[in-house]
Amino acid sequence: MGKTFKRPEALTETDTHYCPGCTHGIIHRLVAETIDELGILGKTVGIAPVGCAVLAYNYFNCDFQEAAHGRAPAMATGIKRVRPDLMVFTYQGDGDLASIGMGEIIHAANRGEKFTTIFVNNAIYGMTGGQMAPTTMPDQRTTTSPFGRNVEDVGMPIKVAELLAALQTPAYITRQTVIKPKYINKAKKAIKQAFTYQLEKKCFSLVEVVSTCPTNWGMTPLDAIEWTEKTLLEYYKLGDYKIPA
Amino acid sequence: MPKVLMKGNEAIGEAAIRAGCLNYFAYPITPQSEVAEYLVRRMPEVGGVFLQGESEVAVGYMLFGAAGAGARVFTTSSSPGISLMSEAISYIAGAQCPAVFVNIVRGGPGLGGILPSQGDYFQATKGIGHGDCRMLVMAPASVQEAVEMVMKAFPLAEKYRNPVMVLGDGLIGQMMEPVEFPDHLKSEPTNKDAWSTNGMDHRNSKKRNIVKSLFLDPALLNDNNLQLKAKYDQMRSDEVMFEAYNTDSEYKGLVVSFGTMSRVCRTAIDLMKADGIEIAMIRPKTLFPFPEKAVADASKKPTCTHIISVEMNMGQMVEDVDLSVKGHLPVSWYGKCGGEIPTPEEIIDVVKSRIA
Repeated sequence: MGKTFKRPEALTETDTHYCPGCTHGIIHRLVAETIDELGILGKTVGIAPVGCAVLAYNYFNCDFQEAAHGRAPAMATGIKRVRPDLMVFTYQGDGDLASIGMGEIIHAANRGEKFTTIFVNNAIYGMTGGQMAPTTMPDQRTTTSPFGRNVEDVGMPIKVAELLAALQTPAYITRQTVIKPKYINKAKKAIKQAFTYQLEKKCFSLVEVVSTCPTNWGMTPLDAIEWTEKTLLEYYKLGDYKIPA
Repeated sequence: MPKVLMKGNEAIGEAAIRAGCLNYFAYPITPQSEVAEYLVRRMPEVGGVFLQGESEVAVGYMLFGAAGAGARVFTTSSSPGISLMSEAISYIAGAQCPAVFVNIVRGGPGLGGILPSQGDYFQATKGIGHGDCRMLVMAPASVQEAVEMVMKAFPLAEKYRNPVMVLGDGLIGQMMEPVEFPDHLKSEPTNKDAWSTNGMDHRNSKKRNIVKSLFLDPALLNDNNLQLKAKYDQMRSDEVMFEAYNTDSEYKGLVVSFGTMSRVCRTAIDLMKADGIEIAMIRPKTLFPFPEKAVADASKKPTCTHIISVEMNMGQMVEDVDLSVKGHLPVSWYGKCGGEIPTPEEIIDVVKSRIA
């Protein structure tokens, strides 16, 4: 019997800079496994965001472009329009996609751009040190909501999957998480499905992955998983929100 | 090829196609929307890409993505739209990608107006984006020259792997003039495999390419910006373009003017010449690099007493003229903005009063 578990070819051997207990590493691996399994490494271009995954180009073994904050979907559009044969994915956090980049993601989804977005939602700005995001939960404490998010003042957290699913253009929109093995298997299937739709030139695809940020939440990794399950998953319900006909 | 009568904006669109640029992304804004209206029909005929983006911000990054992937790409816009694209221009310069931007300038600041202006001189030549970036800027004075400069812009952008701008005041986009298109540009092979994200399979390589402007290590950022500076220095030595007018005469005054404004100045100079007053003109065709030496040399004519920068703005290029002349003769500005264009008679009055 040969090796049954190895580093995906689509990942480099570089150690990541992610914090202990952060789920970016798992999500990177699921994307890399998908690239390997579909045999698309040589024609894949990733777009890194501004945020915790800004250095994603160090960890994936394919061509990469580094975007400005929120603009990854516009860059992916540019690449995909001039080179429809390339497989393009954006990897974005919730500050990047749901705040400064909301315009770009909505219009890319609405045009039905044939690329894939991995949207990592951890309800906070990670890289800049734990500020409030559009996805921060009511009463959640962050450095810019030190007394808890006041929804009377700044509104309710944005449910991106539901919002994009409301568009009339066909798309694949799903929400997953990777906080436990049972969820990881489903998330893997969803990511592979999203890339497969792109490979078939079928539609825009987005996988929202509810993620953890123990460092900025001020929790242990285990507590972060428990809080995610009890609080985030109550509000951000898992499942497919839109499937192309 | 015979001459055809064409509106500037449409000629600019056609010129890009003839330069081998088959990828166009844009957002509508007056006074240049005719470029998009022309190319939405024309691009499918040549198998090209046309996309109307959701904003100038997005369009800037569509260019960045496409250029990063190795495509020849361009957009057109007007002043407020260029402000929105300036973020992307900085990223494109930082990541060393080629892209062409056409700015059909309208009046500003803010929403300003929709009539011709040269108010974006500072923005184009000094402040096109944050950080240590510059852009090669060409300023046509006719529709014919707009065509030639647009066609020249693509190989220049690829040579330097840097954004290039064609800066036309609104008249260049809106007026109709006879134009003759040069032959289709023969594309110089450029080695995009060395840096672009065109896919490892496409270039038959196992080595990935990364297009980025992020250098967290200060030494690496310093190195990157030294590379940029070397390119900008090379532009200064190799790419300066200008026209000298009536500089063989014993002129008493020197006018410096670009774009449409230079055509009015030319008329004024001809009228004064008929009246026995010799005035010369330097017309910068590149605004960056600025023809410093040409202006400095022309200012040294022994008969010359005054240098006037005539602009459709409140005095911007005059600062570069002043820097070139280095104080040995008085330099002043004359101009109007908001769509007001100085007449030959006004220019004659101003020139006469200042050379006295």
